[in-house]
Amino acid sequence: MAKEKFDIIQSTCIPIEIDNCNTDLIIPARYLASTTRDPKFFGDAFMHDLRYDADGKTVEDFVMNKPEFKEAPRKGVHEIIVGGQNWGSGSSREHAAWAIAGYGVRVVISSSFADIHRNNLLNCFVLPVIVTKEFQQELFKSIAENSEMQVKVDVPNQTVTNLATGRSEHFDINSYKKYCLMNAYDDIDFLLSNKDKIVDFENKRK
Amino acid sequence: MGKTLFDKIWDAHVVQNVEDGPTQLYIDRLYAHEVTSPQAFDTLRDKGIKAFRADHIVAMPDHNTPSDQQDVINDPVGRKQVETLKANCAEFGIKHFAMGTKDNGIIHVVGPEKALSLPGMTIVCGDSHTSTHGAVGAIAMGIGTSEVAQVLASQCILQSKPKTMRINVEGTLRPNVTAKDVALYIMAQMTTSGATGYAVEYAGSVIRDMSMEGRLTLSNLSIEMGSRAGLIAPDETTFAYLKGREYAPKGAEWDAAVEKWRQLKSDDDAVFDKEVTYNAADIAPRITYGTNPGAGIAIDECIPSLDEIPEAEKSQFLGMLDYMQFKPGQKLEGTPVDYVFLGACTNGRIEDFRAFASVVKGKKKADNVVAWLVPGSWLVRKQIVEEGIDKILEDAGFELRLPSCSSCLAMNPDKVPAGKLSISTSNRNFVGRQGPGARTVLASPLVVAASAVTGVITDPRKL
Repeated sequence: MAKEKFDIIQSTCIPIEIDNCNTDLIIPARYLASTTRDPKFFGDAFMHDLRYDADGKTVEDFVMNKPEFKEAPRKGVHEIIVGGQNWGSGSSREHAAWAIAGYGVRVVISSSFADIHRNNLLNCFVLPVIVTKEFQQELFKSIAENSEMQVKVDVPNQTVTNLATGRSEHFDINSYKKYCLMNAYDDIDFLLSNKDKIVDFENKRK
Repeated sequence: MGKTLFDKIWDAHVVQNVEDGPTQLYIDRLYAHEVTSPQAFDTLRDKGIKAFRADHIVAMPDHNTPSDQQDVINDPVGRKQVETLKANCAEFGIKHFAMGTKDNGIIHVVGPEKALSLPGMTIVCGDSHTSTHGAVGAIAMGIGTSEVAQVLASQCILQSKPKTMRINVEGTLRPNVTAKDVALYIMAQMTTSGATGYAVEYAGSVIRDMSMEGRLTLSNLSIEMGSRAGLIAPDETTFAYLKGREYAPKGAEWDAAVEKWRQLKSDDDAVFDKEVTYNAADIAPRITYGTNPGAGIAIDECIPSLDEIPEAEKSQFLGMLDYMQFKPGQKLEGTPVDYVFLGACTNGRIEDFRAFASVVKGKKKADNVVAWLVPGSWLVRKQIVEEGIDKILEDAGFELRLPSCSSCLAMNPDKVPAGKLSISTSNRNFVGRQGPGARTVLASPLVVAASAVTGVITDPRKL
């Protein structure tokens, strides 16, 4: 997956107001048999069975197909998803994070995330932002009132702001992961640079 | 202050704590299957590196495996994925249990039954039901493919330490109430995100009295409560189950291991971040009615009526029922079913087949029902045949299939057609989980067996 450094993201949002939106919904199992890493393949499969019916016809009243939300993400537009609570529950499939990243989304905001999916998002350089339920509900309301409204996610200062109302919240992220996001640095590179510590650990256990 | 079982195992595997960051945790066992590993192996090739500790890794295909024959996978995409796993294992020197061989099966069935999963271990796999292996007294967690690559490359992952929760189930289970019902009951009480952020330990008299197979079922379903890990302190039941199995320590090494494993329990003065207690007497055979595993009821109860549902949850509740073609307040007992599925990493073990057979013995499969009875591994299948269970099933009009994840998820030919109602021992009733448009009711092997012979959702206590 493409790794873009994080700083400040200011964008319109796609509201996906589904609680317990599990990873089977985010990407149906039949897309999991692929061995590809093509972001477009997974991006096209994102929320597939809600976007299209069994005959492949566009489901017009699903939020991602509505005129005001159907434009694919680009800088400043639809780079942020506001999701329902317990976002990404169920299967550990990282394909769900690949689908979100492949679609072009850089931030998912919710009041709660499933643990495995939250890690997967971070490893795919998509930022999960946990906000209070009040903040989340106000966001849904602001977007319903004006689909052009923007949200500002300031990674250095760890704040998320509803620019329609001015309401702002602090969000948590540990310093290590913040460094990774801001410098496009991978966990695997960190681990590979710590091989000596791993060997020491193994020797001590013996 | 004393330590919890989780703390003891975690602390013994800390390579380093990254400052204001995660823990670098050493992993004793990585399991890999065909679905969540190909891109991880690609990452290693990109970086030009080998598997760091190939002898800690065991791989097998299970998701794409057909259950009717295993000579060929007809779907070219699925076939390529299974072949890719085999090729990757050959290239990186990793133990591989090929489809159709006696070692193969669902990872979460094979791992414990071969004693590849042992008390005190840290175990990961790119699969959320890795929580299953916690039943032997291990930290076992599902991970993503990036993390599979990390473990392949370094035998470590970076994880923030979860909080700890102890779930006690006290008393004695009533007849016809199984580990599956206990799990479905707990997640209905605490919701499917009730244990998010926690590592769970199961304790109490019900757990102590539970067989190893039952414990594996319970730990398996931890993720459906939101918890990545579900531990059970190893005891005589655990040791008796593991002793003599293929990869278990032997002779003096076994004795030494058991001695060490006896220390693997939460100290009396250990404090959990959260502790809850349930009463076995409150638990009946259960079924789900919605599209998450927490949306469940006792089999003789009605679906909640609309006025019992909080205002904020009403539209989601109605959406679930609309998909399931059920109504608020409806009683589900007696509802015709089209498909029954016995199997999956949740209920694909020998005890589950014994339970199913005990119900259908001397009866006949209902004509309106398509039944998939799928052992979790070739070892389970062998035992089914050795015990003559296959004959009981055959006499009742059932066919025993070949080991596979089968109808748990729609990745192989065992898909439930759109609109059809399935009663299933698997773990998820999500929209489209058993096939696009398929409707799933989760239940225990006993409830599924009773429904298989009547053709309608049936309480085994009334059969």
